[in-house]
Amino acid sequence: MASVNPVQAKSTTAKKVREGTLSGAKRNNIIFKLIVAILASLFSLYPIVYILSASLNPVNTLTDIIPKQVSFDNYSKLINDPQYPIFLWLFNSIKVSTISTIIIVTLTALASYAFSRLRFKGRRTGLLAILLIQLFPNTLAIVALYLMLVQIGNIIPWLGLDSQGGLILIYAGGALGANTWLMKGFFDTIPRELDESAQMDGATPTQTFLQILLPLIRPILAVIAILVFIGTYADYLLAKVILTSKDNYTLAVGMNLLIDQQQSKYWGQFAAAAVIGAAPIVLVFLLLQKQLVGGLTTGSVKG
Amino acid sequence: MLQQQLERNSSNSSGGNKGGGAQSRPSFSLRGLGLRLLGLAVIDAVASLFVITLFGDGLPIVAVAIILITIVVNWVFLSERLYPLRWLTPGVLLLILMVVYPLIYTIYSSFTNYGDSHRLTKDQVIAQLKTQTYQGANGATYSWTAYRSPDNKFKIILQNPTTNKSFIGDESGLKNYDAPATLPTTLDGGFQKLTPFQAASQEKQLAALNLKNDQVAIQLISSSQAQELLSKYSFDPATDKLTDLESKVVYTPVKGTFTSSDGKEIQPGFTSLVGGENYGRIFSDSNITAPFFGVFVWTIVFAAMSVLLTFAFGLSMALVLNDPQLPLKPLFRSLIFIPYTIPSFISALVWAGLFSIIGPVGIFSKTVFGDAFSWQADPNWAKVMLLFINTWLGYPYMMLICLGALQSIPTDMFEAAILDGATAIQKFFRLTLPLLLVSVAPLLIASFAFNFNNFGLINLVTKGGPPDPATTTPAGKTDILISYTFNLAFASGKGSDLGLASTISFFIFLIVAGITIFNFRFTKRLEEVF
Repeated sequence: MASVNPVQAKSTTAKKVREGTLSGAKRNNIIFKLIVAILASLFSLYPIVYILSASLNPVNTLTDIIPKQVSFDNYSKLINDPQYPIFLWLFNSIKVSTISTIIIVTLTALASYAFSRLRFKGRRTGLLAILLIQLFPNTLAIVALYLMLVQIGNIIPWLGLDSQGGLILIYAGGALGANTWLMKGFFDTIPRELDESAQMDGATPTQTFLQILLPLIRPILAVIAILVFIGTYADYLLAKVILTSKDNYTLAVGMNLLIDQQQSKYWGQFAAAAVIGAAPIVLVFLLLQKQLVGGLTTGSVKG
Repeated sequence: MLQQQLERNSSNSSGGNKGGGAQSRPSFSLRGLGLRLLGLAVIDAVASLFVITLFGDGLPIVAVAIILITIVVNWVFLSERLYPLRWLTPGVLLLILMVVYPLIYTIYSSFTNYGDSHRLTKDQVIAQLKTQTYQGANGATYSWTAYRSPDNKFKIILQNPTTNKSFIGDESGLKNYDAPATLPTTLDGGFQKLTPFQAASQEKQLAALNLKNDQVAIQLISSSQAQELLSKYSFDPATDKLTDLESKVVYTPVKGTFTSSDGKEIQPGFTSLVGGENYGRIFSDSNITAPFFGVFVWTIVFAAMSVLLTFAFGLSMALVLNDPQLPLKPLFRSLIFIPYTIPSFISALVWAGLFSIIGPVGIFSKTVFGDAFSWQADPNWAKVMLLFINTWLGYPYMMLICLGALQSIPTDMFEAAILDGATAIQKFFRLTLPLLLVSVAPLLIASFAFNFNNFGLINLVTKGGPPDPATTTPAGKTDILISYTFNLAFASGKGSDLGLASTISFFIFLIVAGITIFNFRFTKRLEEVF
């Protein structure tokens, strides 16, 4: 990398020198790129602007992109509509995602600490096994998971079918494999001398983990936490199969209900719900863009 | 008893631990041990509760599994030698329970006929069949006498003249009765004896009485006589044969249905292993073969085209934004990135609305292509719509990773190329693209695997539709394998077929595993293990 920098610096100074006398071809090139960038931005923004305006348009129409009048009618209707309890669903989504995230982050931190720092028989086999297991997203075993939860529900109803407890367990189990690998890689970058010296001073492995390593891995913990949160928040298939009663729905399952039958009648309310449902995630992304990009490009694909 | 056993187990090993453990770990703390024992006590208590319930519910295999798991957990947390496993156990247990076991269970289910007509277990079906009765010639005959109360309730006394056994029955069932030589004219509760003539006029109410208990079922057959009904079926566990006692036909279980030698079947069937039948159906049952391969091809086309379009579009935008002289770069980057930040279930629904007949895209298309045009009803246009929406959803991500990859390509290579007189197109295809692909290929393959199972988009936008009228299996023209699996298992008016659904899941396993193992050739993850 270091050898590249002078070259880059040279080429940018060369460009700066030429900038004063930007040749015709170069200027056309920039104008062309500018137009493409503007068109792409419009393409990206079109449905978003559209849904924002529909949410503020008291007339239930899909055709105006600029509303003739602006009001928060749709939002207040949404709050008062017992048939479509959007805020209950939003609360459910946040609850399920938060609890899953806490479980996943805790368990992956524990497991990846052992894989990175402790030496024991079967360590390599264990790592390989986890690598293999995480190839198969557990959404593929949806039929088996469904049947399992039916049986579990006969004994503990709050972990059975149509329970958020059961859904959380499935999410938690499903996200462990890949994240253990991600976090183990991060643990490996922290010099072992740190915890060795702590243990020389008499710290137990637990103390080393909690007081020395945990503060150091906080960045990756945050990235995994946010990615897991967003992933579970956006999950549709598992939630749709496991949750069967309306009061238990997460937002992903409930929103579909809103425009399933009477698209035009509830379009305004749907638009308001879309804005409310998307806002928290969009904000998180825009605020933490830099930190998240690293996690995204290491291979996880958002759901 | 089990609870005691488990507790004894834990106290035994903790006793042994106090001596050796303290020595092997210098930093051994009494508080840590206390916490551990407390935690284990809670786990053991909960597990015992489970085990007791499970044995009560007749699920001994699950109960034994839980006992074994609990013993392992106790062992791991009490043995100093297994110290490292303490960090792993909670996660690994959850992984086994929620990923490994379901995967194995799916494969097992793919060899069964579990589904609408084979939902019960064999024992449940036999128990259900045994309650069926018939009126046979050698059923004991009874004479009967009816009684009526003022509030129009009925009782019947049944007497067997040969055995002298008597019953009294009403709407709640049949009880034994000690009959005197002559029957009384009144019974407790104001019941008055009816003459046969009076009884005949109450035929309907009398026939509705429940003249049954655990052993016998009796039916009134004439104004004075009743006959004991016989069990229609008897099952012999030793020969595994079910006999219809009325017709004397013998049924043997064939693939989860009791079937006679001349092919007669008794419904309901039960869940049973059927070998590779589901796999065979995919290749030989013409009702399934055609839609399955249609779905299979479209799944691959959908995933491949999605990757290609998002990558081409994302890379183009990355090339545009990579120009250092372009003004407002961070702004454009953020604006183009926004679609990626919106949860996909929301954007998919929004786009579905825009493309619908009342949405602006739908209305606009009608004015261009004529009134008959529909994004939803025409299979090809529905596919175009899905790819369009998926491109919108995915290209910001591709732009992002391409921007990162472009910046890591050393610039001196380009300067050399320019000196050699390469054109811009040559530069792109001979230098930029190959170098870019080296770092981006694993992510492209991951994206392929993701879209291969992109249930959300398909289900939210088209629900797999338009439906395929030529098939009896619930496959639409835009269904991909995972949504077809879902339809088969949970969401179809054509009956649920969990066995076949599991079989298709297994196919997806194989394909996804193949893709990902292929992907490893591009990553260094495997090397990290060693």
